[in-house]
Amino acid sequence: MINPVLKIGDSLVGRIGAHGVDTYPHECCGALLGHDGDGSREVIDLLPLPNRRDDSPRNRFELTPDDVRLAEKTARRKGLELLGWYHSHPDAPARPSEFDREHAWPWYSYIIVSIANGRPRGIASWRLQDDRSAYVPEAIEVVDEVSRPEEPVRQGVHC
Amino acid sequence: MPVKVIIPTPLRAYAGKQESIELQAATVGEALNSLTTRFQELKKHLYADDGRLRSFVNVYVNDEDIRYLQKDETRLHEGDTVSIVPSIAGGARN
Repeated sequence: MINPVLKIGDSLVGRIGAHGVDTYPHECCGALLGHDGDGSREVIDLLPLPNRRDDSPRNRFELTPDDVRLAEKTARRKGLELLGWYHSHPDAPARPSEFDREHAWPWYSYIIVSIANGRPRGIASWRLQDDRSAYVPEAIEVVDEVSRPEEPVRQGVHC
Repeated sequence: MPVKVIIPTPLRAYAGKQESIELQAATVGEALNSLTTRFQELKKHLYADDGRLRSFVNVYVNDEDIRYLQKDETRLHEGDTVSIVPSIAGGARN
């Protein structure tokens, strides 16, 4: 795995947190769309998606193959790649669970936002090791979009 | 017969960085076996320790989920496309 650093705009971090607040105490989820290059990966847009788990949405989320295909199609339409996924952990740390690990593939970035008492309390990104044994932290570099005026500014709640 | 298997982006690193693989197979089971024999690193990401497809791994022939066909025994025809599409799942507590 080369240089696992994920760049993401501050407004997108805010949107992930806001999604987690909106669905609290249930888990939110969505897709990360962007560019992946040699040694750099940047999230350019999000695709919020509905949590399909009706039975245990407080501590589980699921997206169907149709959701995955929609995310791939949306990314292609925007000239982007499907880089990974985000979801929230209501009243739990932004660390992957064993259940997360069992249901993951390498390469994807998995952002987790912790929502404590209805407020964003932390965000982290993780990637599964090639041998599936564990997640490794992926550093998040939050890009200040004010310094990039050519980028559209989106409103959101910051973690 | 010749069929094409589409490799999802996260697994291309384990399949010679190829987007798709052309191979000869009469059934889906044969196609996946041929694929994972040729690219052995793929196997652990598709199959659990009990030898079954991981619960979040879905396989389609053209646009049909093999769970609604004959699963591994689903017959393939010349020119068919086999796609591997994950479900995405997780959650806070084990």
